[in-house]
Amino acid sequence: MSSAVDTSTRRDILGASAIRPDSSAKVQGKFEFSSDLHAENMLWGATLRSPHPYARIIRIDLSAAYKITGVEAIITAEDVPGKKTYGLISSDQPVFAQDYVRYVGEPIAAVAADHPETCRRALAAIKVVYEILEPLTDGDLATLPSTPAIHPDGNVIRRQQIITGDQNLQGEIVVEGTYEIGMQDQAFLGLEAALAIPDSGGKGIEMFVATQWLHEDQKQIAACLDFECENVRLTLGGVGGAFGAREDISLQVHCALLALRTSRPIKMQYGREESFYGHVHRHPAKISIRHHATREGEILRIEARLVFDGGAYASTSSAVLINGITHIQGPYRCPNATIDGYAVRTNNPPCGAMRGFGVVQACFAHESQMDKLAAACGLSPVEIRLRNAMVTGDKLITGQIIESVAPVARCIRETDAIELPEPLAESANQLEFVGGSGLTSLPQNIVRGVGWGVSIKNLMYSETFDDFATARCQLKDGVATLKFATVEVGQGFVVLAPQIARSVLGVDDVVLDTVDTGIGSAGSTSASRQTWMSGGAVDGACRLVRQRLFEHVGKKYNIDPLRLVIEDTDVVDMIGDFRISVVEASSGVLIDETFEHHHRPTEELDENGQGNCHVAFAFVAHRAVVDVDVELGLVKVIQIATAQDVGRVLNPIAALGQIEGGIAQGLGLAVMEEIVLDNGKMRNPSFTDYLLPTALDAPSVVAVMIEEPEPQAPLGAKGIGEPPCISVTPAIAAAIRNATGKELSRVPVRPQDICF
Amino acid sequence: MNANTEIYSLTVNGKSHQVKDSWVGESLLYVLRERLGLPGSKGACEQGECGSCTVIMDGDAVCSCLVMAATAIDADIRTVEDLASDGVLTEVQQAFITEGGVQCGFCTPGLVVAIEHLLSKNPEPSEIEIKEAISGNICRCTGYGRIFEAVDKAITVRKVNRT
Repeated sequence: MSSAVDTSTRRDILGASAIRPDSSAKVQGKFEFSSDLHAENMLWGATLRSPHPYARIIRIDLSAAYKITGVEAIITAEDVPGKKTYGLISSDQPVFAQDYVRYVGEPIAAVAADHPETCRRALAAIKVVYEILEPLTDGDLATLPSTPAIHPDGNVIRRQQIITGDQNLQGEIVVEGTYEIGMQDQAFLGLEAALAIPDSGGKGIEMFVATQWLHEDQKQIAACLDFECENVRLTLGGVGGAFGAREDISLQVHCALLALRTSRPIKMQYGREESFYGHVHRHPAKISIRHHATREGEILRIEARLVFDGGAYASTSSAVLINGITHIQGPYRCPNATIDGYAVRTNNPPCGAMRGFGVVQACFAHESQMDKLAAACGLSPVEIRLRNAMVTGDKLITGQIIESVAPVARCIRETDAIELPEPLAESANQLEFVGGSGLTSLPQNIVRGVGWGVSIKNLMYSETFDDFATARCQLKDGVATLKFATVEVGQGFVVLAPQIARSVLGVDDVVLDTVDTGIGSAGSTSASRQTWMSGGAVDGACRLVRQRLFEHVGKKYNIDPLRLVIEDTDVVDMIGDFRISVVEASSGVLIDETFEHHHRPTEELDENGQGNCHVAFAFVAHRAVVDVDVELGLVKVIQIATAQDVGRVLNPIAALGQIEGGIAQGLGLAVMEEIVLDNGKMRNPSFTDYLLPTALDAPSVVAVMIEEPEPQAPLGAKGIGEPPCISVTPAIAAAIRNATGKELSRVPVRPQDICF
Repeated sequence: MNANTEIYSLTVNGKSHQVKDSWVGESLLYVLRERLGLPGSKGACEQGECGSCTVIMDGDAVCSCLVMAATAIDADIRTVEDLASDGVLTEVQQAFITEGGVQCGFCTPGLVVAIEHLLSKNPEPSEIEIKEAISGNICRCTGYGRIFEAVDKAITVRKVNRT
């Protein structure tokens, strides 16, 4: 259910539930994912990984592996011709470990062979002699200067404080807590895969990869190969989900090096276990936080210490940290703050981007606190949030003024207005009970609970990053052809881009050109940014083409081009009676325009954490209803009610899909998803042991989309990808607290947390 | 890989295929995708947990990643490639498209096969029967809401089409 109803627009323009152009191929199994690619004379590549969280490599012996029939090449750190390291913000991660391994799963060597099984046997035959070292696996310990550094860059990746207002203020009401968030995996279904085809002279390479950002991959791969960027040509291979995990390089450089070494095409594809080792995860975090407030519940000051465990290499940890500390106030006014944040290096698996990017962790802490504050003030969870809800024009703890549309109170009220589900009937099918097909729960042990979560999320990249997007539009004979390097990971830009072109140009036929590095960057498909950024670029390119079309028509028919507008599929004189179809108007001419969309500039935070570091913000409220078997510690999420600040709905069915999908991921973090670590080693790197929400776990989702167009956004629409997964996690945790009376300061909430 | 190879044939989508020079340890999923040119079935977990590789084997929905190809020589195997005939999509496929059941699409072939299988045995399943039937198919993008809509739509359209 949604408030944004498709107003039965006939044409697939903005606002219509247009059909994805890739969906027909996808339902038939004909869509080509990167793992489906093949080339003549192709070899398979595979990676040898460290079994130790921290060790010194004494010797690598490849001789036995080379003796296996079918093995064509084995490469290690010494075979990397260019830069030996890579990384998104700082280049600190070795392509292959050279002297030390710093996490379980760190690449040491790669093999090319005639069959995946030959690769596996060759990897097993490589002998590595290690000196095993004591790993650093405690994030708090990593913040201490006395802890020995595990990397030449030190253990503290970034420390940032936010100091504003009265540093000694004490509230009449003080509530505090320490909250922990476990390590979550993106768990996209389409495993990492790439095909690399070397140029015949070995001076260049063509790659088909599943990534989130072609140009960033290109830059990092080229540096490691010691090639010019233009000699590393990337084309997007079909991407089976991403959620942040494809922002970093995984197998790209290894695959390219093997192809260049063997002069043959190389296909690399991770299995599920290797995928857990091969990509970054959501940072586990520990957040200690104290709220000072008046008796009426008005927040006066927040003190907080946040530690994000970045694992062995930096990835995007420094940006994740900034998101965490700058969102720790939540969508609430707060005049005084004392915040100290660390992103640290440990011998745990590397962490980086995942949907919500640092805000998920902060939100669990601030929303848990809001409920404590409500209880201390004798207010309801809704009332405490409404009393503190921020509005446009409010100042954040960073000093930045919220210029975005900020319908926080409206999100809360509209969520509150959604009808609660019926109580569980005693006569219900037992499969409907907590525990599902296990048929384990007795009705008298099931307790229902309700909980709230509300969040604020920044959109686009922050702290001076100019993550622009480029698009090209060509119009000829009524057909618009769009070219961009915007990565489709499943979110639906492939349906949105033609909708924009149809709306702006009055065409019906829109062709999407290949997504590759043959055009300028589109930035990453992350940070809820592509509708705004690449949507803005497509919109801009189409508007330039439209202007040229009007000039052409004006000249040909002797009308002032400024009088021309597009009406449906016609070019129309708005004050005369001239009308011509766009197909006819563009007949025989080729209009070709390229546009770069840049968001407004942002600033770095100063030493007190002050600065206009973010571009814009979106808001959302969630209310969770759960059934808990208090004896067995099992939880079933019955309903999630939500109202989300979306700016403007451009494709209702796609928007709803983002909201429902995000909620499922937030549900996963709340009650089941965690990479369990034991002294740096993953205990559950498989879908048997890392639990994901199934159809039986999916709650009823009742969603309201709040449309208050965002003036800054090119299409009035805010990014909608991340907010759904952020405050749903604390809402579910709060609902379990409501049902059980337990404090539950850690997610995921496990059965033992409820029972004991 | 030349050791332990043997030629055998598999009956897939009503056609007999020779499998040559293969290693006997290959899964049915690998053989379909890498040897028979049928990449519609997807691999995402190798443990029978995610359902992306679901095919119909002698009338049962199975995870092809868990079937050793060489043991399937007498079986009738049907894959996602067998569903649409002459470009005409099934009601389930069509409903996935119109109801927004497709995002990244990696789980889609397995889900479509699992739902076709359910409806072939039980044309009007209850909500809980639908959820149970597809609970072995993980979708990470949609949260299942649009997939439930697609199943409901397919059931309705199927009923009209077949009466």
